[in-house]
Amino acid sequence: MILLFIVFCPIVAALVIVIGAPARRTALWAAGLTLAATMLAYLTFEAGQRGFQFISSYPISSDWRISFTLGIDGLSLMMLLLTAIVTFAAIWFTGEIAQREHAFYVCLLLISGGAMGAFASLDLFFFYAFHELALIPTFLLIGIWGTGNRQAAAWKITIYLATGSFILLLGLIMLYRSVPEAARSFDFRTLQKAASLIPSDAQGSIFLVLLIGFGILVSLFPFHTWAPEAYASAPAPAAMLHAGVLKKFGLYGLLRLALPLLPQGAQQWSTLLIVLLLGNIIYVGLATIAQKRLDWMLGYSSVMHMGYIFLGIASGTLLGTNGAALLIFAHGISIALLFGIAGEIRQRTGTLLLTDLGGLGKVMPRAALAFGLAAFASIGLPGFANFSGEVMVLFGTFRNGANPDRFTIFQVATVLALWGVVISAVYMLRACRSVFMGAVGESWSGVTDLRRGLRVPIGILVAMSLWFGFVPQSFVQIVSPTFKSYFAPKR
Amino acid sequence: MSSALPWYVLFLPFFAAVAIVLITKSYRGLSSFISVASVLGSFAGSCLVFVTPNIRALELTWIDLRPVLYVPLGLVLDDLSKTMLVLVTGIGALIHIYSLGYMKDDAGKSRYFASLSFFMFSMLGVVLSNNFVMMFIFWELVGVSSYLLIGHWFERDAAAEAAKKAFLTNRVGDFGFVLGILMAWTATGTIVFHEMAQQLGRITSYPGYLTVAVLLIFCGAGGKSAQFPLHVWLPDAMEGPTPISALIHAATMVAAGVYMLVRVGFLIQAAPQALSIIAWIGTITAVMAALIATQQNDIKRILAYSTLSQLGYMVMAVGLASGEAAMFHLFTHAFFKALLFLGAGSIIVMLNHEQNIWKMGGLAGRLGITFLTFMVGTLALIGFPPFSGFFSKDAILALAYEKNQKIFCLALFTAFLTAFYMLRLVVVVFFGKPRSDQARSGREAPWVMITPLIVLAIPAFASGFGFVTKLFFHLPGENETGWLVSGLALAATLTGITLAILLYRRRESDPLDFDLFRKGFYFDEIYGFLIRATQGVLASISAFIDRWILDVGFVRGASGATWGFGSLLRLLQVGTLQAYSFLFGLGIVGLIYFTLFR
Repeated sequence: MILLFIVFCPIVAALVIVIGAPARRTALWAAGLTLAATMLAYLTFEAGQRGFQFISSYPISSDWRISFTLGIDGLSLMMLLLTAIVTFAAIWFTGEIAQREHAFYVCLLLISGGAMGAFASLDLFFFYAFHELALIPTFLLIGIWGTGNRQAAAWKITIYLATGSFILLLGLIMLYRSVPEAARSFDFRTLQKAASLIPSDAQGSIFLVLLIGFGILVSLFPFHTWAPEAYASAPAPAAMLHAGVLKKFGLYGLLRLALPLLPQGAQQWSTLLIVLLLGNIIYVGLATIAQKRLDWMLGYSSVMHMGYIFLGIASGTLLGTNGAALLIFAHGISIALLFGIAGEIRQRTGTLLLTDLGGLGKVMPRAALAFGLAAFASIGLPGFANFSGEVMVLFGTFRNGANPDRFTIFQVATVLALWGVVISAVYMLRACRSVFMGAVGESWSGVTDLRRGLRVPIGILVAMSLWFGFVPQSFVQIVSPTFKSYFAPKR
Repeated sequence: MSSALPWYVLFLPFFAAVAIVLITKSYRGLSSFISVASVLGSFAGSCLVFVTPNIRALELTWIDLRPVLYVPLGLVLDDLSKTMLVLVTGIGALIHIYSLGYMKDDAGKSRYFASLSFFMFSMLGVVLSNNFVMMFIFWELVGVSSYLLIGHWFERDAAAEAAKKAFLTNRVGDFGFVLGILMAWTATGTIVFHEMAQQLGRITSYPGYLTVAVLLIFCGAGGKSAQFPLHVWLPDAMEGPTPISALIHAATMVAAGVYMLVRVGFLIQAAPQALSIIAWIGTITAVMAALIATQQNDIKRILAYSTLSQLGYMVMAVGLASGEAAMFHLFTHAFFKALLFLGAGSIIVMLNHEQNIWKMGGLAGRLGITFLTFMVGTLALIGFPPFSGFFSKDAILALAYEKNQKIFCLALFTAFLTAFYMLRLVVVVFFGKPRSDQARSGREAPWVMITPLIVLAIPAFASGFGFVTKLFFHLPGENETGWLVSGLALAATLTGITLAILLYRRRESDPLDFDLFRKGFYFDEIYGFLIRATQGVLASISAFIDRWILDVGFVRGASGATWGFGSLLRLLQVGTLQAYSFLFGLGIVGLIYFTLFR
């Protein structure tokens, strides 16, 4: 029941706003209640147990074997928690909306509800449908309330992600059809049992289609060019929600479906995946250094950091996948905070050109502190969850096939990914330097600091990242049972 | 006996930092009080730990995914870490007190003390960690607190740039460090130091692999301890407040690299080839930095290059396979270098933030106590008997004499240079006539700043004597070559002193002029060029390809194909995004229906 509440609270709230309830207050209450319910689920969740908990199931059609089933294991629980936190922060961060305020909040809530639904669904059909529900308002948010060249950006992300979703759909259909007719099901649990029936030659092609489909949604190189432009144009709360949560749907899908159901396919394509993700880390990383605007730089950096999560997925080790899950969570939090602060700066200065800004630390100390924390989190400073995730990913990858006599692709990938850590420090510190440090420009001496109320969402985001950074074991405990079942029987 | 005491020592400054950031930020006096109280508490705790034999600390879990990876949070409490504990908290406490005076009117006082406390926490963590990952965690935290403190006056461009440079240079070193840790871990299957020492056989059977791993780990130390070629950040780090230069960039943090090398000595000493490379890097750093120091005019930069040079000595000792000698010099150096920096700080403050030695002069009479304590530091640094530096430098020279004559000659030459540049500094700053108005009107600093100088002067003088060192170290006994080495070293030092006095007595400007040394062998220029030529160019190319080829060419091309679909929408005259989205949703539902259920 608690899952029903978590998924439908934002959606119902959106409907209530459509009817005419006060937009901001309703949205904030809904986000707060959802967060509380998710925390409750987190606290009552029995860690260390395999399988799904809090299951509630409503058959839709027995002929098609579709049922509306919600249930969570450790992995989906953490995705829900991430969604709840970032939603709450995004809605709190939302400032004054000049036009159609109601519709703006409706869109935010629908994204949140859609993401919640996708992460909590145990049924392939709803897993996909909920994600679509969340995508459409994203396009609207950019197209209607965006800045700069918003129409073009909206079209681009729409075409791009629609293509990705379409390819994903093909992959899911292929997956569904790959098992003999009698064993077919939309239910994850049944699918998992039938996984051994998928012929190994079919695994490769299905995995590839899923990888491209999910990959486009997560901005896997070279399908990433939609991301920076979309995030730069999007209003800050939309960028927070999409980069922080919705984009992670693709990674979640790979971890939830592709890895356990298609282990041979995953192995077959691991070299390709590693080459592509190094494109994310090195090539996109270098492109990030060359960015001249803060929002573009953040957009590129979020593309780059996807590489590390993909690396964890490609590592083929328990350690690496655990790290990937933690990184998903950690990155979601840090990028949300970064986009949130960048949005506040844009509101005050009207520009995010790095050369125009400078010395804002003097006039916006709170913003500087929050941005600094998030920036250091995102470049993997110990103490933040990002670091713990990266450690697990890098250790896991390096361990795969390690041999003192020669390096395999996994070790090479680790070395390059480590160099990426240096690259990300270069662009993040440069951003901090040119935005907050140096002398205050005359035009900015009257700029006001963040409003005091923003302490609450910032505090929650930072506290979460610190908690899982200081005590990563509390995260590992929850998600590792899921992954242990992937790797336990040597196939 | 298992005890929580070491954890208190570690976390006391951390709680102080958190309290300042969360609660007392706007009460500057209270902030500094909390910070000073915490470090004094830590110091007291450290002393207690020091005198308690067989003390153990509780072990916590950071990540437990056994059998693959187990990262505990455990503290190592042996003689080595206990010595460092007392050293770090002791000097730290003095510098906290000194800061009360130095930063009295600073607007960012709360931020300063929060960062300082955070630094104490991180540094103690490095000292106490019992495994590589935990050490790396604190290693990075030390780096970030150094970043914050160098950039304390962030509105100055030079400070902002220096902070960034320090952090990035260290990141480059840490790139190697992590790789080295990964290699050691995969071969031995553990990251805990004492377990790794037991599993050493699993890695020594691959000598080439081990050599690479050790050199990579040394990269990390090279970054933190500013060894050639990663030394470039340390002189710039002098943009931070002077107490920071004393504590972090002279006495403690930069020594962390040396400490780490000693901590994993079992690993390093198993790789003889790596050892000799390390010894040579230390030697190059020592000579190079000393040469540069002879031509610097900023008092803090002279001391910074001298720190580099002394760190070179320590690394040299590590490379010559004597962790004890390295630690001994680290120990004495921490006192006299902190003393020198604090002395320089009180000069700088009293001269209205003048740092150019050629604008000083004749300060011996006006700043009496500062002068006397500064002399103690100087004599210790140049290794004049019986000051502490004499003994510790002598230990390293004797070691070099025994193991590698070439290195010994260069080390001796460095000793000569050290005496030369320090006496140049002393003669120009303290004697002769004042060369500026500030120098004419300077007065002695307040007591809160002078007292730490006096307290530090005692160990700077005495910490080399046998009765002190036997409390802290197990030094190898006297060697037979002792008299020869000491004699040569003393001769080198005396030559340096005489030459400097003859050259710089009653001078108004520097009679020597070596651009190569003054510009630090042009390392900054070379690196700047290399970075622009590689990373800068690559970044621009990537960005260009991404924007104009991948995006415009490839993607817009592909979207051209979808353009037909767009025109179709326009034909339907519902070309708005909302309508499109709606149709899109409908299409998906239709598609599912037709592919699956027909």
